[in-house]
Amino acid sequence: MTAAPERTAVAPRIGVLALQGDVREHIEALDALGIGGAEVRTLAQLDEVDGLIMPGGESTTIARLLLIFGMHEPLRDRIAAGMPVWGTCAGAILLAERAPDLDRPTLGLMDVLAERNAYGRQVDSFEVDLDIAGLDGGPVRAVFIRAPRLAEPGPGVEVLARLEDGSIAACRQGRVLATAFHPELTTDGRLHAYFLAMTEEALAAARASR
Amino acid sequence: MTTNGNMADGSGERGETATWRVKAGLAQMLKGGVIMDVVTVEHARIAEEAGAVAVMALERVPSDIRAAGGVARMSHVALVEEICNSVTIPVMAKARIGHFVEAQILEAIGVDYIDESEVLTPADEAHHINKHPFRVPFVCGCRDLGEALRRIAEGAAMIRTKGEAGTGNIVEAVRHMRAVHDGIRRIGAMRDDELATYAKELGAPLELVREVKEQGRLPVVNFSAGGVATPADAALMMQLGADGVFVGSGIFKSEEPAKMAAAIVRAVTHYADPAVLAEVSRGIGEPMRGRSAASLPAEEQLAVRGN
Repeated sequence: MTAAPERTAVAPRIGVLALQGDVREHIEALDALGIGGAEVRTLAQLDEVDGLIMPGGESTTIARLLLIFGMHEPLRDRIAAGMPVWGTCAGAILLAERAPDLDRPTLGLMDVLAERNAYGRQVDSFEVDLDIAGLDGGPVRAVFIRAPRLAEPGPGVEVLARLEDGSIAACRQGRVLATAFHPELTTDGRLHAYFLAMTEEALAAARASR
Repeated sequence: MTTNGNMADGSGERGETATWRVKAGLAQMLKGGVIMDVVTVEHARIAEEAGAVAVMALERVPSDIRAAGGVARMSHVALVEEICNSVTIPVMAKARIGHFVEAQILEAIGVDYIDESEVLTPADEAHHINKHPFRVPFVCGCRDLGEALRRIAEGAAMIRTKGEAGTGNIVEAVRHMRAVHDGIRRIGAMRDDELATYAKELGAPLELVREVKEQGRLPVVNFSAGGVATPADAALMMQLGADGVFVGSGIFKSEEPAKMAAAIVRAVTHYADPAVLAEVSRGIGEPMRGRSAASLPAEEQLAVRGN
């Protein structure tokens, strides 16, 4: 458990986009933080959450399902209007403004290039210790599975971690967080706590402006 | 994870490759998705366009393997390579049960997952491939919990229930999925001191039986295979607890493969929503012609291969 800030109102509700991918792993990670997570498959469920995780999976599949089920635009609008979002691997691809080898539009909410399968086929998938800016307690074990290479960050993008070859492993632009790897495949909940804090801040800001 | 396949661990230029987490992890990313059998590049593109999470590259779909008879082997290397180069989603390919050299070849080509499959003619009647030393992950079939855990002990990083491939008949898939979950529930209800005897009954390592009790599920992802022919079949398997679905003959032996493929993908996402299932079941043409699994002569039953 991370030290949660004083919660005067209800805890933030965090959803996991559940069209396809490793949804359960994210929900279990949120459970471990004591806040629980909700599957988001429909627009009605999207309305119920304060922050959204877009999980790992196949970006081609998820991109299609977002369009087919009419969620692409409403989701983009929700995020553009300030809902915190975190994409892991496929989720990161879908958040990127540029993903030239994806044959469907992304949500285009982070000024970064996502190059799919840039590290090779499955036998080249890897895990490595990675220091993340803003995360105390030493490196995380970062698991890259047929991962995208994130590159060419725009001026508004804060790079939080890079691999040795210089490619971006984690970055943030305002309330949009992207990791090319899968924190949900480990029991290290620090990045989930980081995203929870992002969502709490957004909620507090919304309350203050009311 | 106690089922550590660390023998295959290697150091890549960027980090550690072929760890258990990386092998089992790819299957975790495929969850909630549909893996489709394809026999040509054209099929593979149709599958990808329909939203498949992966394709299984093979020369004949199971119903044609049945019709052709003879010995069914690993597909031609050139075909698998062509398919690997034609899509951006993961590509799987089948090796015969126990044929570790076919597996070595598929690994050398660079397939993303190997299916050690009863759909091909077994190469070894007593032994499965020792899958731990491979860098590429494996998926294996099972009919019940014991078989699933034996395969995991041998290094399978993903499991699928066998069903009866190429029949378009869901009955065996249902039987096998229920059997796996029945085993898991039994373990959940047992005292710790009863696990060793049950492990013996299952023919599975005690360590894995303990892990199932702790987690309340298999230690790896479990898809359904063998018999899915409609969106309703796919949703049935999901409601019975499958993490995702393999569709073999069911797509390219149907009247309108592209529509059937897209409909099954949607059905797997909204497997518990009958309104969506009704919607996607419209206008998709005739499913493949099915056959009764029970009427198959013993030598044509595939699920009994490998135990």
